[in-house]
Amino acid sequence: MAERLLTFSIFRYNPATPEIAPRMQEFQLDETPNMTLFIALNRLREEQDPSLMFDFVCRAAVCGSCGMLINGRPGLACKTLTQDLPDRITLMPLPVFKLVGDLSVDTGVWFRQLNENLEAWIHTDKDFDPKAQEERMDNALAQEIYEAERCIECGSCIAACATANMRADFVGAAGLNRIARFLIDPRDERSPWQVFEVVGTDEGVFGCIGLMACDDICPMEIPLQQQLALVRRKMAWAGLKGK
Amino acid sequence: MKWSEAHLSDVLVIGAGLAGERVAIEAASRGHTVTILSLVPPRRSHSTAAQGGMQASLGNVAMGYGDNPDIHFEDTVKGSDWGCDQEVARLFVELAPVAVRQMAQWGVPWSRVVPGKRTLPDGVEVEELPEKAGLIAQRQFGGTAKWRTCFASDGTGHVLQYAMDSVVVKLGITVHDRAEAIALIHDGKECYGAVVLSLRTGELRPYLAKATVIATGGYGRMYGVSTNAVINEGTGMAIALDTGVVPLGNMEAVQFHPTGIVPAGILVTEGCRGDGGYLLDKNLHRFMPDYEPVKKEVASRDVVSRWMVHHMRKGYGVESPYGPHLWLDLRHLGEAHICTNLREVFTICANFLGINCVQELIPVRPTQHYSMGGVRTNIHGEAVGLTRLYAAGEAACWDLHGFNRLGGNSLAETIVAGMVVGEKVAEFVQEAPLTFPFSVVEDHLAAQAARIESLRRRASGSENVYELRKKMEETLLEHVGIFRTGEGLQQAVTTLQELYQRSQDLRLRSSGLGPNPELFSALRLPGMLRLALCIAQGALLRTESRGSHYREDYPKRDDVNWLKRTLATWPPGASMPHIDYEPVKITELPPGDRGYGTMPIK
Repeated sequence: MAERLLTFSIFRYNPATPEIAPRMQEFQLDETPNMTLFIALNRLREEQDPSLMFDFVCRAAVCGSCGMLINGRPGLACKTLTQDLPDRITLMPLPVFKLVGDLSVDTGVWFRQLNENLEAWIHTDKDFDPKAQEERMDNALAQEIYEAERCIECGSCIAACATANMRADFVGAAGLNRIARFLIDPRDERSPWQVFEVVGTDEGVFGCIGLMACDDICPMEIPLQQQLALVRRKMAWAGLKGK
Repeated sequence: MKWSEAHLSDVLVIGAGLAGERVAIEAASRGHTVTILSLVPPRRSHSTAAQGGMQASLGNVAMGYGDNPDIHFEDTVKGSDWGCDQEVARLFVELAPVAVRQMAQWGVPWSRVVPGKRTLPDGVEVEELPEKAGLIAQRQFGGTAKWRTCFASDGTGHVLQYAMDSVVVKLGITVHDRAEAIALIHDGKECYGAVVLSLRTGELRPYLAKATVIATGGYGRMYGVSTNAVINEGTGMAIALDTGVVPLGNMEAVQFHPTGIVPAGILVTEGCRGDGGYLLDKNLHRFMPDYEPVKKEVASRDVVSRWMVHHMRKGYGVESPYGPHLWLDLRHLGEAHICTNLREVFTICANFLGINCVQELIPVRPTQHYSMGGVRTNIHGEAVGLTRLYAAGEAACWDLHGFNRLGGNSLAETIVAGMVVGEKVAEFVQEAPLTFPFSVVEDHLAAQAARIESLRRRASGSENVYELRKKMEETLLEHVGIFRTGEGLQQAVTTLQELYQRSQDLRLRSSGLGPNPELFSALRLPGMLRLALCIAQGALLRTESRGSHYREDYPKRDDVNWLKRTLATWPPGASMPHIDYEPVKITELPPGDRGYGTMPIK
C-alpha cells in the first residue's frame, strides 16, 4: 500500500476553558505500517498537540477504555488499524456518557451506577468456608457464564443504542448481558421474579426496541442478541408466573 | 488548597486492581469506611489483562495429583532464586487455595475438570478421573513441579477483577476514579493520607485516613517495550520513595516475559507454552530443548527469556523491521483448544498482527513484564519507615517473588496479600484514632500546589516531557534489561542522572488547564526517573546474577556476598538513591540448585 497522509478530524472541548466552544480540529499524520489509532493519537499528542485528551489503558482490547466514535461508529480505538479506514478519519467521543474532555468520556461512574442498580453481584446466603473444597460446576456451564462475563464495559453498545440515546435510565445491552450472566449462574440464588423487579421494565429489557446495533458493533463479539433474547424470555415468563 | 474538601475515611487505598480492592473489601467487611482511589475505573485496571491464571495447590488435575502447599512453596523459593522471604512464601502457599475458592464463591467462572483421556502435545496420555469432575481445572506454567495454575478460559484476570469489583459495589465501597495520589502526607514517622490530583479537573484535594495502602501495581511503562498497561508508571512506588524514609526493596529485579508479540509488546500468555506451544528460531528449529533438556519451554521466565536473547545473539533470530524476534508455534494445539483456552491469544494475533495463529507462527521476543521490587513491607504489609502506611501487590516488595516471579503467582499474590494486609489494616484502624497535624497536611498540599502552579505558568524551563521520557525508556531497555554489564549500567546511571536534572526544568507546551495530559505526565516524570535510578544503581552494585538480574560480568549467583535484599531510599534533595541491604529470611529451604537454568551461557 502506498504511504498515505492521514487527515484526522477530532472533536475538541476542554471543560476548564468553557469560553472556547466545542469544535472539530484537523491534524495530519503520515501513516506507518500496522498503525493503530492508539499509535496515531499518541503521536499526535506527543508531536503536535500535548493537550489532546483521550483514554487508553491496556492498548490490547481487553480493558474497554478507548471506546470512541470512529468515523461515526462506536469501537475500540486501540485495535482499529488505520489501514482499514479511509484517509480522512473523524474521531468523536462516545455519546450518552458524560464528557471529560475531547475524546475522553466518563464510563466508570456510569457503569458503577448500572451495576449498583442491577445489583450485579452473586446473591447468596451461603457463608464461605475456607476449609471446604470448592463447589463443583460443569465446565460447559462455566464456559457459558464466561461467554457473558467477557463484556469489558467499553460502552460501545450503549453509545450505539437508540433507546440509551433517548432515555438516560436505560440499562442497555451491557446491563442486560450482565443480568443474563447472573441468571444462568446457579451460585446466584435470586429467583427470576427478583430479577424481574430489576429489569422487567421499560428501563430494562422491555425498553429495547430491537434495532440490534449493540450486537453489530460489540468489539468483543459477545452474542448480545442471544443474551437479550434469553433475558426477555425469562422475564416474560417471570412476568406471567408472578411471584 | 481546599480544606473544606478534605476527604476522610478510616482506610485510604491507592489503586483499584485486585490487590487494592481485596484490601478494601477486607477492611470494609469488618465495618470500616474505605475509599479507593484509582487512575481509571477499577475494571480497567491492569489486573484485568492477566490471561494465564492463578497458582494454588488444589491438586485437581491428573498432572497435579499429590500437589500441596509444600511443593508450591519449594517451586516459589526456587523460582525466586532464593531471593524471597520464606516466611511470606509459606503464608502465601497456605492461603492461595482459600483465595481461589473464595473467588469461586464470588462468581469467577473457573474452568472445570472434564473427566476423560487426552493426549498432550508431547505425546503423554493423561486421564482426568470422574471423581474430580467439576472441580477447578489447572494448567501448566513455567517453573512448577505440578500443574497448579487455575484459570478461567483465556481471561482469568478479567473475571477475577470483575468478581472482585462486584463485591466492592455490593459493599458500597467509595471509589474515586480518575484520581491520582501525587504525594503522601506524612511527618517522617506517620502517614496521614495523600495529596490527590483529580484527573477530571486538575484540582488538588487532601485525602486523610487512619491507614493508607499503596496498591498501584508496577512501573513497566518506564521501559521502552513492556507488556504493561499505559497506566503502569510506578506512581505508588514513587510517592513512597519521595517520603525519604520508606525504602524500596530489590528494585533491580525486573522480569521479562518470554512472549511479548513484536512489535506491539502485547503479552501472549505463558499458558501458550504451558499448554504445549513451542519456541522456534529462524530455521524453524525448536531450540529450547538444546538449552534446557528437561524443562524446555516451561523453565522459569528469567531462564527462558535469557536463552531466547542468547539464541538471537547467536544469529538465529528472525530478522524484521523491528529487530530480531523468534516464533511461537501453537499450530499443533488445534483450533478447538486455541479458540477456547487461548482465545485471547487468537484475537490479539488477529487484531494486532493480522495473523491467524491456528495456521501461522506468532512473532515474539522477551518484553519487560513485572517488577519484583517495590515498597518494602513486613509480612503484614506494613511499610518500612512510616507507620500507618501499607502496601500490597506488585507495588510492594512483600517479598514473595525474590528475584524472579513464577507465572501465576502474581494474580495469587494480589488476592492473598489483599486478604492478609486487609486484615492487618482492619485491626489497626479498629484501635487507631483519626488524627493529623494540621500544618503537615497544609505543607504537603502547598508544595504540590506550587509544583502545579509553576508548570502551568510556564515561567521557566525548556525541557519537553515526552522527549525526556523517551530517553529514559530507551536507557532502561538498552542497559538495564535481560543481560547487564557493569559498563552498561554505569552508563545508564549517568544518563538517568542527567535526565533527572533536566526533569527539574520542564516546560509545558499546553496551558496545563483542566484534565491536561501533558501536565499529568510532567508531574510524574521526576518520580519515574528517581525509580529508574534506584533500578539502575541497585543493578550496578549487585555484582552477581540472581533470577532475573543477570550480570554478564558476574554470571554466578553469589550467596556468600549477595544473599540479601537491596533497600533504596531517596534522601530529601538528593540526586541519587541511598542504597542499603538487609538479609533474606531463610526458614525452611537453604539455598541450592533450582534444577534448571544451570547450563552456562556462552
